[in-house]
Amino acid sequence: MTFFLEQLLNGVQLGLLLFLLAAGLTLVFGIMDLVNLAHGSLYMVGAYLAASLTVMLKSFVLGVIAALAGTALLGIALEMLALRRLYPRDHLDHVLGTFGLILFFNEAVRLIWGAAGMTLAVPPYLNGLVEVLPGVAYPIYRLAIIIAGVLVALFLYVLVQHTRVGMLIRAGASNREMIGALGVNINRLYTIVFSVGAALAALAGIMAAPILTVQIGMGENILILAFVVIVIGGIGSVRGALVAALLIGLIDTMGRAYLPDLLRLIFTARAASVTGPALSSMMIYLVMAAFLIVRPEGLFPVPSARR
Amino acid sequence: MTLNRRLIATALLLVGLGLIPIIAKSIGYLFLLTLFTRIVILAIAAVSLDLILGFGGMISFGHAVFLGIGGYAVGIAAHHGYYSALVQWPIGLAASALFGLITGALCLRTRGVYFIMITLAFSQLVYFLSVGIDSYGSDDGLTIYKRSTMGGLIDLGNKTTFYYVCYASLLLCLFLAWRIVRSPFGRVIQAARSNENRLQVLGIATDRYRLVAYVIASTMCGLAGILLANHTDFISPALIHWTRSGDLMIMVVLGGMGTLFGPVAGTIALLVLEEVLSTITEHWMIVLGPLLLLMALFKRGGLSALLGGRKA
Repeated sequence: MTFFLEQLLNGVQLGLLLFLLAAGLTLVFGIMDLVNLAHGSLYMVGAYLAASLTVMLKSFVLGVIAALAGTALLGIALEMLALRRLYPRDHLDHVLGTFGLILFFNEAVRLIWGAAGMTLAVPPYLNGLVEVLPGVAYPIYRLAIIIAGVLVALFLYVLVQHTRVGMLIRAGASNREMIGALGVNINRLYTIVFSVGAALAALAGIMAAPILTVQIGMGENILILAFVVIVIGGIGSVRGALVAALLIGLIDTMGRAYLPDLLRLIFTARAASVTGPALSSMMIYLVMAAFLIVRPEGLFPVPSARR
Repeated sequence: MTLNRRLIATALLLVGLGLIPIIAKSIGYLFLLTLFTRIVILAIAAVSLDLILGFGGMISFGHAVFLGIGGYAVGIAAHHGYYSALVQWPIGLAASALFGLITGALCLRTRGVYFIMITLAFSQLVYFLSVGIDSYGSDDGLTIYKRSTMGGLIDLGNKTTFYYVCYASLLLCLFLAWRIVRSPFGRVIQAARSNENRLQVLGIATDRYRLVAYVIASTMCGLAGILLANHTDFISPALIHWTRSGDLMIMVVLGGMGTLFGPVAGTIALLVLEEVLSTITEHWMIVLGPLLLLMALFKRGGLSALLGGRKA
């Protein structure tokens, strides 16, 4: 039971982390219709910035805030200098151009911070364990990730559903030509959306940093997971991204925890220990493939003339 | 007579590739042979991708999976002591074709960006399978201690011989691709890229044509995987990583999509560029990355467009 609860919390935590990454990606995808592979690079840059700025500023909180601001600024620069020109192109050009950006960012990080990985030290007050239920101890830091994730989800909900900018974002996801025609400064909206997405990606990278290590290419595999999330959730839907992220987080964590044991009931112990780990990491892609075949528009489709 | 110019350029390119072992030997720069063996093998993969990406308009972001399937067929067979090419190669080709058939049938139910994502999903599936299976090396990969044997007739261990085997495979694939593109079948594939609805109204089941093209491309890339495993004497999940699929796309687009000259020229250009840049600075990717971005922004037709004239 304790084990189950731990795995459940881990699943929720991975899900919320994925949600932070996927929220920005789905907005950029839904509104600007841009396949941005470089989103994972912003996740990486955020983690690197936090790792050095927390040391330089001698404060975890200040360092994290500065890293978020830095990545948001980088996002603005990236959008205005390069990505803006990619919007009108087709998806193949998006893939190529942003793939080039990944190579650039990986190498730039290697030049600035060196090839060796870094660690982001967790402040003492976030270290240690806390009893979430009688007899169930859970790391404080992981709990903090869950709380931060929930807060960001709430913030995004209010932003997207109850503010003027959010209204424009939703309208943009449905029909960007129309809101442009209605006199909305569409370029500025794009820049705002992109920088918010960049900051969220950086936050995900910063939160993952103490658990994983800060290293070059850290954003590449998780980026693909984020794409899985937004495809399942429905491209352009923040709500879909939240539901799908939690789904993927739980499937992945629970699969790793229980699948080898389940397989042991059917197969021999040896066969189960061989196929278990492989099958559990394959499972989310099976889920995605199944979704694409049965319900390609995702869980919460955003009505749109394009795609 | 621009068509002739294109034909001459392609012929020169292929003749040049054929002379590589002689050039490498005469200037005493044997590394050139290793580099160009790799180029020729990846050119086969690029040609196969171009069949579906360039001619068919199917943006596959998981094509490297077939390099992996072909490669792992050789590696796993060798691991169990089967070295004969008569065993290894048909298994590799059949496995690639079968995987292409099954996943292709599923992928082709989607269009546009969803096709990109589902091909990516299937390649990730195989990537994690190869990472997860300990018996075949998981993350560390599998060393192949002996190259495919060909009944003592051809020794793949000899570098020059191996190069010519790869070269002959490339010529064969190019010839096949050329015949396909000019056949009625190929016309349907290309027409479906421009206007699928019209073809369907004409009573042509475009999805079946696309699926056949997808399977052909899969098998061809499987061959490249078989050769690549023999070239490096090693296989690992890195063969299937999604960034490898990205590399293949770059080769095709850099050279010029929807041409036969393109993927070959693009592969040469990318790999030679990597080689040259890496001798100048170890941080060569900081140059290559922005180059790709500029290419995405400004290219129209890649290297092949420099030749002018009509396509093919």
